Amino acid sequence: MTEEKVGVYICHCGNNIAGTIDVEAVSEWAATLPHVAVARDYRFMCSSLGQELVEQDIKELGLTRVVVAACSPHMHEPTFRKACERAGLNPYLMEMANIREHASWVHQHDKEAATEKAKALISGAVKRALELSPLEPSRVPIQEATLVVGGGIAGITTALEIADAGHPVYLVEREPSIGGHMAQLDKTFPTLDCSSCILTPKMFDTGNHPNITLLSYSEVEEVSGYVGNFTVRVRKKARKVNTDLCTGCGECWSRCPAKVVDTVYEAGLGYRTAIYRPFPQAVPKYPVIDVENCIYFQKGTCKACEKFCPTGAIDFEQEDEILELEVGNIVLATGYDLFDARRIPQYGYGRLANVFTSLEFERMVNAAGPTGGKVVLRDGVTEPQSVAIIHCVGSRDKNYNPYCSATCCMAALKFGHLVKEKTDAEVYSFYIDVRAAFKDYEEFYNRVLEEGVHFVRGRVAEVTDAARQPGEEGKLIVQVEDTLIGKQRRIPVDMVILMAAMEPRADAEEIAHLFGVGCSAAGFFTERHPKLDPIATMSDGIFIAGACQGPKDIPATVGQGAAAAARVLTLISQGEVEIEPVRAIIDEERCSGCRICNNLCPYGAIDYIEDPGVSRVNPALCKGCGTCVAACPSQVITGQHFTFESIMSQIEGLLYDVSNGHETYAEPAPLETA
Amino acid sequence: MSQPNGTYAFYPGCSMGVSARAYDQSFRRVAEVLGLEFQDVDDWNCCGATEYFTLNRLPAYSLVARNLSLAAGMGKEDLVAACSACYLNLHKTDSYMGKYPDLNEKVNRALAAGGLHYDPGTLRVRHLLDVLVEDIGYEAIGEHVTQPLKGLRVAPYYGCLVVRPESNYDPEYPTHLDDLMRALGATVVDFPLKTHCCGGHMTQISEETAYELLRRLLANAAEYNADVIVTVCPMCQLNLDAYQSEVNRVFGTDYHIPILFFTQLIGLAFGVAAEDLGFGAEIVPADEALKKIGQEEAPKPRTPRRRDKKALPMPPPLS
Repeated sequence: MTEEKVGVYICHCGNNIAGTIDVEAVSEWAATLPHVAVARDYRFMCSSLGQELVEQDIKELGLTRVVVAACSPHMHEPTFRKACERAGLNPYLMEMANIREHASWVHQHDKEAATEKAKALISGAVKRALELSPLEPSRVPIQEATLVVGGGIAGITTALEIADAGHPVYLVEREPSIGGHMAQLDKTFPTLDCSSCILTPKMFDTGNHPNITLLSYSEVEEVSGYVGNFTVRVRKKARKVNTDLCTGCGECWSRCPAKVVDTVYEAGLGYRTAIYRPFPQAVPKYPVIDVENCIYFQKGTCKACEKFCPTGAIDFEQEDEILELEVGNIVLATGYDLFDARRIPQYGYGRLANVFTSLEFERMVNAAGPTGGKVVLRDGVTEPQSVAIIHCVGSRDKNYNPYCSATCCMAALKFGHLVKEKTDAEVYSFYIDVRAAFKDYEEFYNRVLEEGVHFVRGRVAEVTDAARQPGEEGKLIVQVEDTLIGKQRRIPVDMVILMAAMEPRADAEEIAHLFGVGCSAAGFFTERHPKLDPIATMSDGIFIAGACQGPKDIPATVGQGAAAAARVLTLISQGEVEIEPVRAIIDEERCSGCRICNNLCPYGAIDYIEDPGVSRVNPALCKGCGTCVAACPSQVITGQHFTFESIMSQIEGLLYDVSNGHETYAEPAPLETA
Repeated sequence: MSQPNGTYAFYPGCSMGVSARAYDQSFRRVAEVLGLEFQDVDDWNCCGATEYFTLNRLPAYSLVARNLSLAAGMGKEDLVAACSACYLNLHKTDSYMGKYPDLNEKVNRALAAGGLHYDPGTLRVRHLLDVLVEDIGYEAIGEHVTQPLKGLRVAPYYGCLVVRPESNYDPEYPTHLDDLMRALGATVVDFPLKTHCCGGHMTQISEETAYELLRRLLANAAEYNADVIVTVCPMCQLNLDAYQSEVNRVFGTDYHIPILFFTQLIGLAFGVAAEDLGFGAEIVPADEALKKIGQEEAPKPRTPRRRDKKALPMPPPLS
């Protein structure tokens, strides 16, 4: 080995590291390691002064390797790589030893051992640094077009922002119309402005934007490629309506004899026909034929829609269309599903007629909904005299979802207000805590309190129609422990509204797999960083926005949708994207073409080349995970930056007896018996 | 899940031979029809019922563990109890011994005095209802039905014990007994109090408390026009049956709802003669109710059309 010069930099991280680890002693010790030319400790190595220290030493002492012993490389690897680059050292010759998360934070009770461990980590890092090779990142151009998946308020916001900036967008929506859950809502908290009044203009703009290609009634089937260059296959489901001819006049659905319960837009509370447009403001305005419920498709006769269509737009023969899109970035805005309240049988939904879900009630109070905005019982005519609103149905409950669904408290307050506004009913709101964080929310809570909604603190045990006392006959009785007065209460009411939780989409896991993003334990898509990057995912070029990332209300969703657009625009404006050189390389001379690695690659980055019969890694797709490196029976795949030599050296360095010299191994300590 | 040879170890418990003779008789007849073999645990002792565990825990667990140990010696995988209290105690002891090594050690020290030993997890403790539902299934039971219980309105009463341990069924609102009764052709009424308490031994300690609990159950069943209440537990059956006239006297009510074991109804549907199923032992006579079997229910009056049109759709049941 030629004479390498290593600089070791030990960060105090304020007291985060120095409070536990004796950084001066570590620094003195590190200076005596073979090949180490200099070792320094500093209060904040990531500060500009700390970085300058590194840069200066590279220039003045001619360092050929740098080891920074500080926090996790997730935090500051890019920082120190840049510092090295500025000083003329290849950034891939810098190695980090994580003595904060891996030593000082986890061994606060044992300072001596933490110090020894820091030494071992540094010893390993120095050994590894000596084996590193200089690498150069490659650059690929970025496709200008963006794919947005999901046409709710999140996807609409993202699509409009990108399109307004002058770049093409494909907006894919599964349902016949964009609008999502927001289109189903009546009023929005806390201002009580009408949901569709604020949403419809945005839907219209989306449908008419010259830069937006709206693919409604469509689903993404396959995704391949990498940041800047994704290829996406989209199935455009057959509407059975020729949209070039259709004017959206409505003659077809007014003549359709097949009536079915609309479980999507009307949340099961209303009906639609087999050929239908989900709602009057739908974008696009064209109807679709629901083949499963269409009399013609099921029985072979009817065709009423075709007979009455004035433009001959009905096309029973229409087939699904497959589109191939080339996009540079993808934004997932797939939204949420409502918790199925039938899963809590003791609350009676689906069993007791007058128990409703929050989304059903949302449709009920909507002037365009099945009851024309009247608050009535399931019989459709009787106005309730008393209404119970139950919070946290399927959320904050270890039997279903442990998380807080975030929006239901505010929606419950809104419902209380609306019931009071539209009826003379007494309203009881059963809560665990009322969570009214964010701007103007607490004020709204106070307003609803003043309006006379009764708030009862306690989780409801059951909703039953089994009357026990006089006054309970014919009512729904809400049994609850009122935890403010410490008593069991039975409150008879006419109507119960269950504030059902927001859950990940039923197929969220499949979607995550399709796009190569992760899901949290609860099933929501995982962001790159919970605080500093809630928009990107671990897959470059794929962003998330709205409730698919976690329960959130409209303002937060819109904020995240716009943020995702900003991230996409940043990449587009860069024109090309840098690709990390940390990847696998196959020595084609020695590759036997066995193809074992081909199917093991989780990113589909390895292709078999028929002529000359070897496997080859696509550098843009490879993430450098090392699966193929370990699996290759001929050991001809090299993981750049993680070579066998560098890993073995690091392990060797870690195992040295750091308290007694440098390159000897410690006697294993006898195992402590419990 | 089913036993390879369809045989189970069976823990009878103290009710089966005495107050719940009808349960014992009917369950053995039903087992015969279904080709199931239940082998009684030899030299079994009391399970401690509901009280002993609150008085003196270690002897209570040891008492139950003795039964587990004897049953484990029979070489079966499953230990079945027909009584909900027996089931709960056996299940609890097995699972707590597994969970708490300290308890396991102490209990086994006690067992050792009698030359016995039990390793938790050796047996799977199950209730008879679970065996019929899981191992046989609704469909297979339905295939044995020769006399469907058509027209009989049944209130399925689970009681509070059978749903307690980590069971496969919803502990708040179970439906497996409902589905089993449906498989026999019976009409199952919604019975919101299906898992509420029957009063247990409170009839001996505080009559007032027990009678109020019993009244609620009877009133609820009557409200849904149930012809019979069907139970899976000797304690529930005894309380509802034996104290029904007392409830009527105290509250001025007039309930005459026969309380039957679920195996008695299964037997009837299988075409087994009533006298072989222990009928006649019940205090509130079941004759009148049983006469309804085979009768069509009177058609419900149609609600006016105009109202129907305005009515909002109900969500379908959860599949």
